[in-house]
Amino acid sequence: MSDQLKKLQSALRAATPEPDDAARNAALAMAQKSFERLQGSTGAARPIPEAPQKSGSFWKGLIPMLTRINLKPALFATSCLVIAGAAFVTYQPWNRGPILNQNPQTPVWTQLSAESDTVAPKHEAAPDVLSAAPVPMATKKRLRMAKPAPNVMGGIVGQDTQFYEAPPLPEFGDRFAGADENPVKITAQEPVSTFSIDVDTASYAFVRQMILRGQLPEPDMVRIEEMVNYFPYDYPAPDMDQAPFSTQVSVVQTPWNPETRLVHIGIQGAKPARKNRPPLNLVFLIDTSGSMQAPDKLPLLKQSFRLLLSELRPDDQVAIVTYAGSAGTVLEPTSARENATIMAALTRLEAGGSTAGQAGLQQAYALAKQMGGDGEIGRVLLATDGDFNVGISDPEALKTYVERQRDSGIYLSVFGFGQGNYRDDVMQTLAQNGNGTASYIDTLAEAQKVLMDQVSGALFPIADDVKIQVEFNPALVAEYRLIGYETRMLAREDFNNDKVDAGEIGAGHQVTALYEITPVGSSAMLNDPLRYGTAKTVKANGNELGFLKLRYKRPGESQSQLISMPIKKDSHEAGIESGFAIAIAGFGQILKGGDYTGEWRIEDALALARANKGTDRFGYRAEAIRLMQLAKTLP
Amino acid sequence: MATSNHSMYMSETDEYLVARAQAGEAEAFGVLVTRHYDLMFRLGYRLLGNKTEAQDLAQDICAALPAKLIGFRGDARFSTWLYRVTVNAAKDRLRKRKSRHAAQEGWGEIEALSRATDAEQRAQRDWLQQAMATLSEDLRETVALVLGEDMTHADAARVLNISEGTVSWRMSEVKKRLRRLAQAEERYP
Repeated sequence: MSDQLKKLQSALRAATPEPDDAARNAALAMAQKSFERLQGSTGAARPIPEAPQKSGSFWKGLIPMLTRINLKPALFATSCLVIAGAAFVTYQPWNRGPILNQNPQTPVWTQLSAESDTVAPKHEAAPDVLSAAPVPMATKKRLRMAKPAPNVMGGIVGQDTQFYEAPPLPEFGDRFAGADENPVKITAQEPVSTFSIDVDTASYAFVRQMILRGQLPEPDMVRIEEMVNYFPYDYPAPDMDQAPFSTQVSVVQTPWNPETRLVHIGIQGAKPARKNRPPLNLVFLIDTSGSMQAPDKLPLLKQSFRLLLSELRPDDQVAIVTYAGSAGTVLEPTSARENATIMAALTRLEAGGSTAGQAGLQQAYALAKQMGGDGEIGRVLLATDGDFNVGISDPEALKTYVERQRDSGIYLSVFGFGQGNYRDDVMQTLAQNGNGTASYIDTLAEAQKVLMDQVSGALFPIADDVKIQVEFNPALVAEYRLIGYETRMLAREDFNNDKVDAGEIGAGHQVTALYEITPVGSSAMLNDPLRYGTAKTVKANGNELGFLKLRYKRPGESQSQLISMPIKKDSHEAGIESGFAIAIAGFGQILKGGDYTGEWRIEDALALARANKGTDRFGYRAEAIRLMQLAKTLP
Repeated sequence: MATSNHSMYMSETDEYLVARAQAGEAEAFGVLVTRHYDLMFRLGYRLLGNKTEAQDLAQDICAALPAKLIGFRGDARFSTWLYRVTVNAAKDRLRKRKSRHAAQEGWGEIEALSRATDAEQRAQRDWLQQAMATLSEDLRETVALVLGEDMTHADAARVLNISEGTVSWRMSEVKKRLRRLAQAEERYP
């Protein structure tokens, strides 16, 4: 540092006085008052689908969901439904300056609460305002968003409450880590898009269950990337000597908008021969609380895990921990050879009591660590309806705990069961922060798919912390939009930061991502061009729409590897595989409100899916087609 | 607020306290705001150059903090976020003040209190006054973070929402201005 700067630094520091105690106390008192005021007064105006909580207070209702989902960098870009509601209250872009009271006569909190009070009228007025707008789908979406929670879940809530022991918090209704769709970005302003891969599939299973019950799912139940990634795709296998996965990119016309293109990114994980797989140390962590008694919960869970057991090999080990009221190990680590012992332990499980989720997790992780040997894979398989209500009054602490365990190299698979008080948000948080995957199991057939997937692939991670970054070329791409992955967005700088967690790819897994891009000069551009253009000079790379970069770590390593490739304008079309992925992505978007799919209907998605059914060895695509047929008849 | 001096939350991280505060726990919020009051005041002082103003600023931020915290999504460290809030609040305050009294910028008026100190301190203080007054608002903000808070250029860039290069450029600009000031002092002592 130069002498002048040093001089300035020491002068600045020497000159800085201590604040007066009186001023300090007054300010802190003001803070407290404002905090209490905000908690107490604004509850009624809350336009969010959150079940009423203990005090009905603003913060209590609004924030737990926010923090559960959003504290992780990987989840920052989530703008869940709740946030969308809250934005009316408080959001002020920083560069416009904060809301601050400049008039000493008016206490700041008066200003703030006046602002909050405008929320309710705004939302009530929304339908009228919007019905005049030219985009009917948008209207529909916003109307749906304004509905309060109990109605949203109306079909399910009452269903199995009879099995549901009164928990300390009266939280009925399934909760979803919902998110608004990713917005359209202007390439010239924000050319880089970064996200973590997501191999969860829970959302598809939940959507399916809703449709089979004759109800369209609510928009925030739908996570498009989870629907797309539910299906196996036949992408080319990787060259084993190179990266643990292959990446292919294709560019096709968007079926719902002829003026835009879809960039289809398909990742195929390597599939090591099954006999070479390392031994597995599995700890089943099973929720046996009262709420698990329903037939679609514990009984289904037992059947599902039996299926899994039959796939294990003698050198694998299994332990079982249950939690209900208190946590307990019901089966010490046992070789998979002793099948009968494990089966018997599984059969003995009974539901009863409330849920001590955190103690259970702690025991399970401790066991998994104890079982671990060199080169073996430790994994906790958590089966629950997600309703942690005892000992973990604090989901944040649970999340922190799981996060810490991530470094021990033990993976976490979360299996969700049942409906009524299903906590999708908690499950997501756990899986995303604990190096894991979340799946939702509603039928034995689904259990088979999920668990076979697990045994054949997901249990053997081949690449950890997989992040994708795409830089679009503003000379060719005016606008772009990532379809899905809302809860997985990363900051641009997180891409190169190996400390930032991201999703894992299991052996043989496929991951699919789709961008909708608007070519420069297309009539589909949603943003008007700037009158004065942009000052930036673009390195014209005539044929490149963008540049794709992937980072991943080999399991157990802390340093990431980089793969990169250009996205060429004339990339070959992937054909059937991308076609089916696009059909599902389109279907998901329609279910989410169809803000970007224009006049495209479920019928169109259905036709596209039919045309691209492929060999469909397991019948998953046929099932999706049936589902779309059913969905198009629903109101 | 008295409870927060020996609260069970005392040893918790900011991030944890934010989460608890967002979940509605007044005590966690109390610890959080108590912990960071000095930061707000200190930075406020270095931006505004006036103790009373800095105290008022810190109080305003305290009052608005609960509402703002709802919008804090954890995409930066809490302290980074709070620095940003403080910088913006100071900026806003200066803007308002300027519209009332055309001449008043940050570090625009000499504090009465500084008169009481000894001669050497007073000289240093006067020089600081002059130096800060020659800097533009942008440069003062950068100085307050980089020199006042010992931040790296990257961290300051994050607070100010500008590129690291811009911070470095600004600091070299500050150096230039100080050099010019020194030359002027030599010529007109």
